Amino acid sequence: MHLLEVKQLGVQFQTPDGVVSAVNGINFTLDRGETLGIVGESGSGKSQSMLAMMGLLAINGNATGQVLYQGQDLVSMPTADLNRIRGNRVAMIFQDPMTSLNPYLTVERQMTEVLEFHKGMSRKDARAKAIQALDAVKMPEAARRIMMYPHEFSGGMRQRVMIAMSLLCEPDVLIADEPTTALDVTVQAQILILMRELQRDFGTAIVMITHDLGVVAGLCDEVMVLYGGQVMEQGSAEAIFYKPSHPYTAGLLAAVPRLEGGDAPMLAIPGAPPNMAKLPAGCPFTERCAMALPQCGTVRPALTPAAHDEHVLRACHLNIEAVTQNLQRLKAEQGVAA
Amino acid sequence: MSAAIAESGLALLSVRDLRVHFAIRGESPWPWTPTRALKAVDGVSFDLHAGETLGIVGESGCGKSTLARALLNLVPITDGSVKWHGDEMRGASPQAWQAKRKAVQMIFQDPLASLDPRMTVAQIIGEPLRTHRPDLSAAQYNEQVLAMMLRVGLTAQQINRYPHEFSGGQCQRIGIARALILKPQVVICDEPVSALDVSIQAQIINLLKELQAEMGLALVFIAHDLAVVKHISQRVMVMYLGRAMEVAHKHALYDTPHHPYTQALLSAIPVPDPRIERGKTLQLLQGDLPSPINQPSGCVFRTRCPKAVALCAQQIPALRPVAPQTQSACILD
Repeated sequence: MHLLEVKQLGVQFQTPDGVVSAVNGINFTLDRGETLGIVGESGSGKSQSMLAMMGLLAINGNATGQVLYQGQDLVSMPTADLNRIRGNRVAMIFQDPMTSLNPYLTVERQMTEVLEFHKGMSRKDARAKAIQALDAVKMPEAARRIMMYPHEFSGGMRQRVMIAMSLLCEPDVLIADEPTTALDVTVQAQILILMRELQRDFGTAIVMITHDLGVVAGLCDEVMVLYGGQVMEQGSAEAIFYKPSHPYTAGLLAAVPRLEGGDAPMLAIPGAPPNMAKLPAGCPFTERCAMALPQCGTVRPALTPAAHDEHVLRACHLNIEAVTQNLQRLKAEQGVAA
Repeated sequence: MSAAIAESGLALLSVRDLRVHFAIRGESPWPWTPTRALKAVDGVSFDLHAGETLGIVGESGCGKSTLARALLNLVPITDGSVKWHGDEMRGASPQAWQAKRKAVQMIFQDPLASLDPRMTVAQIIGEPLRTHRPDLSAAQYNEQVLAMMLRVGLTAQQINRYPHEFSGGQCQRIGIARALILKPQVVICDEPVSALDVSIQAQIINLLKELQAEMGLALVFIAHDLAVVKHISQRVMVMYLGRAMEVAHKHALYDTPHHPYTQALLSAIPVPDPRIERGKTLQLLQGDLPSPINQPSGCVFRTRCPKAVALCAQQIPALRPVAPQTQSACILD
């Protein structure tokens, strides 16, 4: 049995314009000490899929499929049972450390609440444990700072509080939703190193949601690339970064500005992310895909093991040789260094 | 005029020892407590020549946006000199600024927030023309707006739409069109791509580079992402807590960074390549940015600097040449 097994997870929203499918059938497994990166642009469904796992969808949202944590399905579970697992065995770090802490409560109150609820600790014991957790995330003067309110902390410090809070119950799974996006690069580097150390020390499994391919490269073993709520490509970090086989993955990697390399223009992906209410019947990337075939707009490609590497799953009508050739042609056309 | 300036070797924009301080009352509620100075920009100097791009990078709170605004008199200058085409603009009259702004335009960070929600695309893009070129006929005006829209990748059918109908990338195209319609010589770009997705970011940067080549624009390009700045700039200035730490030619800065802060900043950027990213040695900075109200004595970076020595607390290092095409403000260099 896997620690976490997600089967055909989908998210639909009831809107005045009809039902919008934000996430369509994602699958993955996660074991102790592993890190999965979920990459995608805004609106790709990466955050909604994780909120669905935690039972945190908006009121008009509905999750389908299964999220098995040690064999128990989180999606169909009653809220009372779910409350015993989320925050305790499966914890989440949210994107914006500014708005995800309660401004009316001191950090102490917010942290001890978790321990009192899940572990039945006394306030005094909970406080000692909370200070320990703040120490573990290298918060200077933790015993004094625990009495402060969130607004008294800087962005990086607030994110440390969030991480300390999520680790209070020593969860098996940590879901991090863009934990460093709001932070400066030097602070981001501190937080990423911290997460790596915590994973080493506690063996926590991490799901890392990000749009930053650099963060994924440093932290993740497995990578899932989402576009328009669908998995485009899924595989090991090695495979995704060095042998991207989907036009979107390849395009995304070519669009990232890099420190190494020359002054050639970056390969831009034309157009804009799709309107989720009006997705094409076929592949959601069709409109922006420079390699699209006539059937791409009408027939949705299945997510199947790739011919070059059976551990890589890809959803594309083109074979990998065609994708590579097309990419080279595009780079030559746009004057991008190969 | 620009040709004459290019021949004379005079800089389009010349900034000397620019300071922008804000008076802060602090935590005391009493009106008679003396105010303290928040030093957002504290002694920055640089020149910008025709057709070149100067990148300005730094973390949040380093004063890069305040610097951009001060260049256009959008925040009052406390001290120092800002010369556009050799004319001193500090303390210049609103009329003098109005005349200069024809040649100096700005692109803002938040693409949607910087567009008036009640104006159509045509009105937004055409507003600089109505202000600065009242002599144009309605037909000329429409023609210029439409040509500009097509040039930045918008379509003619979108001319009567409102900003909320556009995606972030398209809004930024509208912002670029508005800045370029007067055919300025200098455009100040304040984090023009940081709110955009990676694939869209590449579109906008490529567009800016094309337009620059076509129109011979000089750009001041402000960003917190060093990789983005590398793609568009010839020279780069690294700022920290209101001061320039290092100013260097792009290749010199990225290949052999001199200042410890530049080195730390470069090593902190995650590289989208698992083997490089996992194998690299990080120069990790401790702690957070100090408050710009209570700046450290001496070098402002010394509290987080891995190489700081006792002397750093005593003297403020001046920006001085340390290598060809490189100026750095560190006493250890």
